[in-house]
Amino acid sequence: MIGDWLDIGWLDEIPVRGSRTVQVAGGDDVAVFRTGDNRVFALADRCPHKHGRLSQGIVHGNTVACPLHNWRIALATGEAQGADKGCTPVVPVKVSGGRVLICRASTLKAAA
Amino acid sequence: MDFHDSSAPGAADAIELAAAPHRPHLVVIGNGMAGCRAVEELLARDSGRYRVTIFGAEPHVNYNRIMLSPVLAGEKTFAEIVINGHDWYADNDIELIAGDPVVGIDRAAKTVTSRAGRTVGYDRLLIATGSDPFIIPVPGHDLPGVIGFRDMNDVDAMLAAAAQGGAAVVIGGGLLGLEAAHGLSLRGMKVTVLHLMPTLMERQLDEAAGWLLKQALEGRGQTILTGADTAEIYGQGKVEGVRLKDGRDIPASLVIMAVGIRPSVALARDAGLAVGRGIQVDDHMVTSDPDVLAVGECVEHDGQVYGLVAPLWEMCRALADGLVARPSGYRGSVTSTKLKVAGLDVFSAGDFSGGAGCEDIVLRDGARGIYKRVVLRENRVVGAVLYGDTADGGWYFDLLRKGDDVGDIRDVLIYGQAFASGGGRADPKAAVAALSADAEICGCNGVSKGQVVACIEAGASSLDAVRAGCKASASCGSCTGLVETLLAITLGDAVEAGPKTLCPCTSFGHDDVRREIVAQGLRSIPEVMQKLHWSTPDGCSSCRPALNYYLLCAWPGEYEDDQQSRFVNERLHANIQKDGTYSVVPRMWGGITSPKELRAIADVVEKYDAPMVKVTGGQRLDIFGIRKEDLPAVWADLNAAGMVSGHAYGKALRTVKTCVGSEWCRFGTQDSTGLGVRIEKMSWGSWMPHKFKIAVSGCPRNCAEATIKDFGVVCVESGYELHVGGNGGIKVRATDLLCKVATEAEAEEHCAAFIQLYREEARYLERTAPWIERVGLDTIKARVVEDDAGRAALAERFLFSQRFSQADPWADRAAGHDREHHAPMARFTPQEEMA
Repeated sequence: MIGDWLDIGWLDEIPVRGSRTVQVAGGDDVAVFRTGDNRVFALADRCPHKHGRLSQGIVHGNTVACPLHNWRIALATGEAQGADKGCTPVVPVKVSGGRVLICRASTLKAAA
Repeated sequence: MDFHDSSAPGAADAIELAAAPHRPHLVVIGNGMAGCRAVEELLARDSGRYRVTIFGAEPHVNYNRIMLSPVLAGEKTFAEIVINGHDWYADNDIELIAGDPVVGIDRAAKTVTSRAGRTVGYDRLLIATGSDPFIIPVPGHDLPGVIGFRDMNDVDAMLAAAAQGGAAVVIGGGLLGLEAAHGLSLRGMKVTVLHLMPTLMERQLDEAAGWLLKQALEGRGQTILTGADTAEIYGQGKVEGVRLKDGRDIPASLVIMAVGIRPSVALARDAGLAVGRGIQVDDHMVTSDPDVLAVGECVEHDGQVYGLVAPLWEMCRALADGLVARPSGYRGSVTSTKLKVAGLDVFSAGDFSGGAGCEDIVLRDGARGIYKRVVLRENRVVGAVLYGDTADGGWYFDLLRKGDDVGDIRDVLIYGQAFASGGGRADPKAAVAALSADAEICGCNGVSKGQVVACIEAGASSLDAVRAGCKASASCGSCTGLVETLLAITLGDAVEAGPKTLCPCTSFGHDDVRREIVAQGLRSIPEVMQKLHWSTPDGCSSCRPALNYYLLCAWPGEYEDDQQSRFVNERLHANIQKDGTYSVVPRMWGGITSPKELRAIADVVEKYDAPMVKVTGGQRLDIFGIRKEDLPAVWADLNAAGMVSGHAYGKALRTVKTCVGSEWCRFGTQDSTGLGVRIEKMSWGSWMPHKFKIAVSGCPRNCAEATIKDFGVVCVESGYELHVGGNGGIKVRATDLLCKVATEAEAEEHCAAFIQLYREEARYLERTAPWIERVGLDTIKARVVEDDAGRAALAERFLFSQRFSQADPWADRAAGHDREHHAPMARFTPQEEMA
């Protein structure tokens, strides 16, 4: 059976204002973020600029700052903020009973 | 009658006076923008004329309703959109009855009665009830989960819904609806906008601009359905979705009704006042009852009702003039709309429907997403629509209101004011100087150019002073540039450049923040942000690392380092490279190594397949291409050979570079390697405002290049020359000579004292070179060289803080601490679908 959602672990495993990754065989990682107010987002772990690992950036408000050149990416939309232009694929994510689930189809698409 | 008690202290006198029964009582129904602005205008003219009581339906002080969108989008907090806090009511002796709406007016008895049963008499009554959201009466409109977008309560409901995620439908593609959609989308909801008309914001934008807006919003992930007629909202006990008349079905857990607003007139109608579309008022905002006035969105003046903020300001001025017996009269408003929808600039003013006798001038720049249209009738501007570049909106609006003949600039009109005033790209200052005195500068607070200039001429010489004095640029800040230009024009060079703030999250500079951390004893990042009024919920990637450092420096041994406020290199204790792998530099004290260390490094390189090893400029070996997951194992191997973190990744002591000195070199005067090792053992692991490099050369030939380091020692026959503030980076700077000392112990003490002074007083990300140029070498000398006790105290503070920073971070990680920084949360190997 292949479900629509992938259970990737407990919410508590992701640091507040931080991120963890999900490795996808044969593709890019997915970065799963947890904000200061405990919302969870997932993006392809790849900045639209120079493919920096967004999972390694500083999470603030609804955005993450890419560690390579400090582009700010909106967690909800994957859009670069401010004057920068570009978009990172978004992976729908939900939290259920303390477990974090990410959308399987979008994960495959984002990793490709 | 004398009701002063001459024996009472002054404070009590003031209270007695305030309650004096002689002043007529003005009761205001509505604690919103119109009601409070009217009171402000009144107080500005004659603060003692009326005793004022304000009733508000919401349990809040007076806030800026047009700023609810940034609150929804997470850009502002409620506290930041408050216009008048409790102190304003107290200072002006206004009684605020919040959270208890007026439910009845008895004009015969001249009283109002609140929902809680409170009855208050009035001499003059001001109705400022604003407007209500129009809820279209489709089936299901009363289900839980269907809300308007009108007050803080609605915003709270939207935030609660967005926290659950899922889908939202916004009914109404006007300004309010699009702002709600933008905010909810930023909050992570999947948003569909339903708009009955064929183009968005058709009351403000023409078809072309509406289409551009739709394209841009769709590009941001929203679904926009135009010509969408809602049949019903369905759901069992709560909203589950919306069905359109054409049969389409959109699931949603939240529905925002933003189809429009209606003047809130029920109270006035029940009281028997003349009511048309709104409460009917004359030019002095007086209703059909001479003792009852009305102002704002709830009124109808000369057949017009208004839903924008600018007419409201004009009404409040006319009202206050009338109440203090110098009636000026309101003549109706010509309105313009300048807004940002989802970060896109749009502007419209006047009549852009075109038609007989009208001529259009249109400019389109598809590549830049710009559309401009100016509508003329008999060579006079009657309307304008701008999309993408709204800089000239104020100018077109000015031309429109004045009704000047623009025949002679008609051929360049569309290129904007700078071009039309001649000279192509003119000085932007000239454009602002050319604005008329009544041109509006601040749309949020209704402040004209004349008022800003008057405020500046009355003594406001900085942006902050103007904000405090006349409120221009004090709300959304989009007119800050204009205000700064007015300061420059009015004062010339006398403008006070405000101190540069730490980052856009705060109005404080670096030095202010550090001072307050110590003065107020602030001990965590959230506490600093709370006490110093940060404008963002948890800072940004600029201020968080700075605050983390400042706290660490202020409270050694007490403050717990916040890993999530560290740049990745400092969080992972290695340097991120452009392919996402890391480089690892083990410490080699003074640049000296051994076969055992070299063997361990060689083994790591082979074991982890590192593609490159490089000798660094600081005399260390840098191992490249290590994967994040392998870092703890690499460190365990290096630890086993006795090596610790080299901090090549940190705003910290990097390396102490040495030459071989008197032990080997025929020119060497002192033991430069030995001193270098001792200095490195003393100072390694310390966090600094920026990276910090040291070198020790054994003679003035200076092979260790000590005179381009942050701290350099050049050994001479008679002792040690100490140099500071060198930099070999983009801008090469040779050191300044700090002083000369006779012994190694003195050299070490001066080094520790200098480092601590830099740690305590330089700004985050400021290297020693610009720091010294900013504060002056003499200041440093006075503290580190001339003041023996001060130097000893600095050095002592440094050594104290070092007691908490010399634990090897690699050893911790190698032992399994903070595993989550290195290991993925899950691994996913896709399987093919089974047939």
